[in-house]
Amino acid sequence: MPYTLSDKILMAHSGKKDIRPGEFIEAELDIALGNDITAPFAIEEFRRSGVKKVFNNKKIVLVPDHFAPAKDLKSANQCKILADFAKDQNILNYFEVGCMGIEHALLPEKGLVFPGNLVIGADSHTCTYGALGCFATGVGSTDLARAFIDGKCWFKVPSTIKFVYKGKLNKWVGGKDLILYTIGKIGVDGAIEKVMEFKGPVIDKLGMDGRFTMSNMAIEAGGITGIIEPDEITWEYVKQSHKSQAGHKSQVTSHKKEKIDLRSDKDAHYEKTYEWDVSKLEPLVACPHLPSNVQPVSELSGITLDQVVIGSCTNGRISDLRLAAKILKGKKVKPGLRLIIIPATQKIYLECVKEGLAEIFVKAGGVFSTPTCGPCLGGHMGILTEGERCLATTNRNFIGRMGSPKSEVYLAGPAVAAASAVKGRIVHPEDL
Amino acid sequence: MILKGKALKFGNDINTDDIIAAKYLVTTDEKELGKHCMENISPDFSAKAGPGDIVVAGKNFGCGSSREHAPRALKGCGISAVIARSFAGIFFRNSINVGMPFLQLEEADEIKEGDLLEIDLGSGIIKNLSANRTYKTEPFPEFLQQIVNEGGLMNWVKKCIK
Repeated sequence: MPYTLSDKILMAHSGKKDIRPGEFIEAELDIALGNDITAPFAIEEFRRSGVKKVFNNKKIVLVPDHFAPAKDLKSANQCKILADFAKDQNILNYFEVGCMGIEHALLPEKGLVFPGNLVIGADSHTCTYGALGCFATGVGSTDLARAFIDGKCWFKVPSTIKFVYKGKLNKWVGGKDLILYTIGKIGVDGAIEKVMEFKGPVIDKLGMDGRFTMSNMAIEAGGITGIIEPDEITWEYVKQSHKSQAGHKSQVTSHKKEKIDLRSDKDAHYEKTYEWDVSKLEPLVACPHLPSNVQPVSELSGITLDQVVIGSCTNGRISDLRLAAKILKGKKVKPGLRLIIIPATQKIYLECVKEGLAEIFVKAGGVFSTPTCGPCLGGHMGILTEGERCLATTNRNFIGRMGSPKSEVYLAGPAVAAASAVKGRIVHPEDL
Repeated sequence: MILKGKALKFGNDINTDDIIAAKYLVTTDEKELGKHCMENISPDFSAKAGPGDIVVAGKNFGCGSSREHAPRALKGCGISAVIARSFAGIFFRNSINVGMPFLQLEEADEIKEGDLLEIDLGSGIIKNLSANRTYKTEPFPEFLQQIVNEGGLMNWVKKCIK
């Protein structure tokens, strides 16, 4: 029987010799993740279960990143629940403020997720790790509580939709534009409970950061994960992230022993295949209030902005910030506009300092912040009031996502965001 | 189990930020979450929702964030079930796991705001008492029904590990 990459990972982790879409399976997890918003429920449920010890203190990852550094008293309580639980259970992969980063940038960087892994996270953007060739998906807090107990999770085996990207990308067009294009084409429910498999010559040339951006937003089309077959780019990234963590006590060494062939079989069954030539694509922007409401940037150039946010688990990685800095170098943010730049992890923060990007951002008149999910979900560090409009490199532009239900969020990549911050309105980076 | 309540209607793609905004995700208290349920899109919702009332929506209900606070907020303000044309994946599993009843109904659009509904969860039959119409929904697959019968995932797991 031919299988997709997703099938192969689920088979290897459930001990099944064959699986079919629609079937329910129980599978063993490599990593289970929670954050300051979702883990408190899971910890409460775990304690209520009466089980004394978590199944494995290396395979649970806890990251206070959403409202951390704690934005108020209630958030401080939530963060403390994580810290206390980590101490109590000797959870080795608990990342305190100062070590932490936005979870979906942090886990790959720390070498905690590998090609072929099965990963759940009580956060919908856990699908990000699909870029490494993982089956990684967002679940709820009760799923996480259950994983604390026995390291397992139930799945309805998904079918896979194949997305093939052909041609050559224009200047200023990257992973964000590819995924916005995809969501614009298939809609916010275009891949409900399906695996989205991204491939083709454009993906082969895309760097890891661009791939993470694409997989990150698979959930915005309803996808269970956005998977990419590992190639040389992937293995080089994995090698580097491992090297940087070598000898660390939290290093997970006992990942799935079975050798998984990390490619979809040639004749594997796909529920659907989309094939697009993206050579003519220009930078895209998702307008309020759905990520599928996508327009070419040139059609939106009159729209004025009060705030620009560059960061998040979607676009807060070093290549995103290098791109933003390239545009902002020697320029000033439009007076009256707030530019907020948030590197996704401490490592990225330090790279920005060393490479002089931090200086460029500050001199341009931007705020350069410690890692946090912060404004993306209307937490802190850039809340919008009534009537305000923001362009962000984040992933959701739902009503009230960044604050007031009477504010507006537009989504784009870092190049459009940086250029728009200078002009004070949405612009094509070429127009600077 | 028989559930009875009035229909509270919503459109397509109701996301979990709509159901409970992130600023309220600083508690695990369902009643507290319930006070702010649907606040961004329907500010008087929690005041309007009576015990047992039923949310009726279009396609892709519960899309977006994985926050389990969403089905819990609905429970917290007294909602007894959700009927929608389709559900987003994570909301689907969260509802199974926390024991929030939900039914997929292609004809959900036919139900009007305020209609009195009666749901027989055992048979999957929905009666619209106001419009005198009856709908039959698909039962859950056996695996999910077992979790539902145990009252949610944690009870089911406890039974499995005994």
